[in-house]
Amino acid sequence: MEKRALFSGKVLPYALLLPQLAITLIFFYWPASQAVWQSFLMEDAFGLSSEFVGFENYRFLFKQPEYYKAMVTTVVFSSSVAVLSLACALLLATQADKSLRGGHAYKTLLIWPYAVAPAIAGVLWMFMFHPSLGTLARPIRALGLDWNPMLNGKHAMILLVLSATWKQISYNFLFFLAGLQAIPKSVIEAAAIDGSGPVRRFWTIIFPLLSPTTFFLIVVTIVYVFFETFGIIDAITGGGPAGQTTTLVYKVYADGRLGGDLGGSAAQSVILMVIVIALTAIQFRYVERKVQY
Amino acid sequence: MAGVTLDTVRKIYAGNVEAVKGVSLGIEDGSFCVLVGPSGCGKSTLLRMIAGLETISGGTVKIGDRVVNEIEPSDRDIAMVFQNYALYPHMSVYDNMAYGLKNRGTPKDEIEKRVKEAARILAIEPFLTRKPRALSGGQRQRVAMGRAIVRKPQVFLFDEPLSNLDAKLRVQMRVEIKRLQRALGVTSIYVTHDQVEAMTLSDKLVVMSGGQIEQVGTPSEVYRRPETRFVATFIGSPPMNILPGKVEGPGRVSVGGQILTVTDMREGLSPGTAIEVGLRPEDVQAGGSSSSTLVMDVDFVEELGATQLFHGKVAGAEFIVQASTGQIAAGTRKLTLSVDPANVHLFDPQTTKRLGRV
Repeated sequence: MEKRALFSGKVLPYALLLPQLAITLIFFYWPASQAVWQSFLMEDAFGLSSEFVGFENYRFLFKQPEYYKAMVTTVVFSSSVAVLSLACALLLATQADKSLRGGHAYKTLLIWPYAVAPAIAGVLWMFMFHPSLGTLARPIRALGLDWNPMLNGKHAMILLVLSATWKQISYNFLFFLAGLQAIPKSVIEAAAIDGSGPVRRFWTIIFPLLSPTTFFLIVVTIVYVFFETFGIIDAITGGGPAGQTTTLVYKVYADGRLGGDLGGSAAQSVILMVIVIALTAIQFRYVERKVQY
Repeated sequence: MAGVTLDTVRKIYAGNVEAVKGVSLGIEDGSFCVLVGPSGCGKSTLLRMIAGLETISGGTVKIGDRVVNEIEPSDRDIAMVFQNYALYPHMSVYDNMAYGLKNRGTPKDEIEKRVKEAARILAIEPFLTRKPRALSGGQRQRVAMGRAIVRKPQVFLFDEPLSNLDAKLRVQMRVEIKRLQRALGVTSIYVTHDQVEAMTLSDKLVVMSGGQIEQVGTPSEVYRRPETRFVATFIGSPPMNILPGKVEGPGRVSVGGQILTVTDMREGLSPGTAIEVGLRPEDVQAGGSSSSTLVMDVDFVEELGATQLFHGKVAGAEFIVQASTGQIAAGTRKLTLSVDPANVHLFDPQTTKRLGRV
């Protein structure tokens, strides 16, 4: 049943909506439209004047090999984090779903990393794996591996993936746990009577029934990796070494803030915006249709 | 096919809560056994122990000649129908029924043959490609039964399978379950809290209360000769009237000074002993010249169409009389009821056990 509040006048409902509308307009639409407008402008080297250049910024962007490199980096980064964080979260959730002693403490502890700010998480992981200071880097180096995320791009990426995954597991864990608890116990019992062992039960019953949750989390995680890992990247690698961990969103910052190319940076923001809109659209379409059983 | 034998089966939950207190029961091969009782009486727990979904805290469960205490549910050769159907929501009706067979490595053409056969018996052939959510409650129930019968198990277990259906469908499905069980001849154990389902379905009726068996018998035995006051008031609708009385002598009791003769009465009860007198609402007749009579003050009448229920008091205790409509004149305030001595049930007020002939 839908519950509807009825207003007699027209003023009150709009007045009630006003704060939210204002926030949306000031903090979302205004900057977004500014970015779109700015992406068509080019500034002189001193930032004193700007002129309208049409799609010049975009054209220039797609001629840069660094931009494609950042795209590849982003895809590698986001898919690694998505796969890892979803897999770990699902594993932890299936274990937490069993009734076990101290289950509550276990669940609470798993949620904590989500409360850690990205920059702090980044610093934390950087110190742990710092080639000369890190408590965890030492045993790795003792194994004979030349672990050095400051100089080796692959190592830097691994470190980023680990820290970004660590932060996202909490969120994914919560949703998977809720998804698991929503599966009727009797369905699992029926499968057990139907001669299906625990592993088979997981893959033929539980996993398919979790698919709406999984799909939702894939999209959320990708959006998270695209945007919210900025703090982690900035704290750990600063996009380096040699731009090897510069993702699309980091490049927006690097080109705009550090490089002073506001027009090019704005063009990149607009492209990112389009990607997110597309992801969200896919998400809504699928949640409404197929993936549901 | 196989019978099921329970020997002092117990279920003790954490915190020393005893849900099933040593139940022993033999269920013959091919019979339909119904466990009935109020919620929390341990009937579902008992069924789940037979299924292997609950561990057995004590005693043994045998299916056929095999003790199954430590055997996985999948290896007990049973099938179960759940209250909420427990269909796999992401699979078609066909796959729902085929799942158990696939898991056991049944050849594909054999699976198809059996699923088609079950679908034909249950009249769900048009729905084989549909998902469960596209089916009505009754159709889902059929699919759940189909899933059970394709496996050709030794024992069917039913856990309140009809409680989620509306009243009309429940009656229809009840008849179908009975017919199906007759046709297949598979030993069935059926749990319900509905005494009408229990009476109509069972070959063997088991009334449970507080984790123990109160009485085992055919439905008519349980109805005709309830062993305890609990069974007397649980089976039968409206429930049996219980009146406080006194022993007057062999075959004679009194209720509020009115004398009743009794056919089935324990010998050697000393006169003056307090006793409970049970009378079914349908077993007393209005008016009459019988030597055994009671006087009832009528409070109000409930109309059921074919019959009427007269609510009132006899000797200060609540009393209900069921009579065919029109048999008793409207507006009657005082009823004289004649009682057939064969229809009087006596119970011990302390032990609540029947005080009939030994």
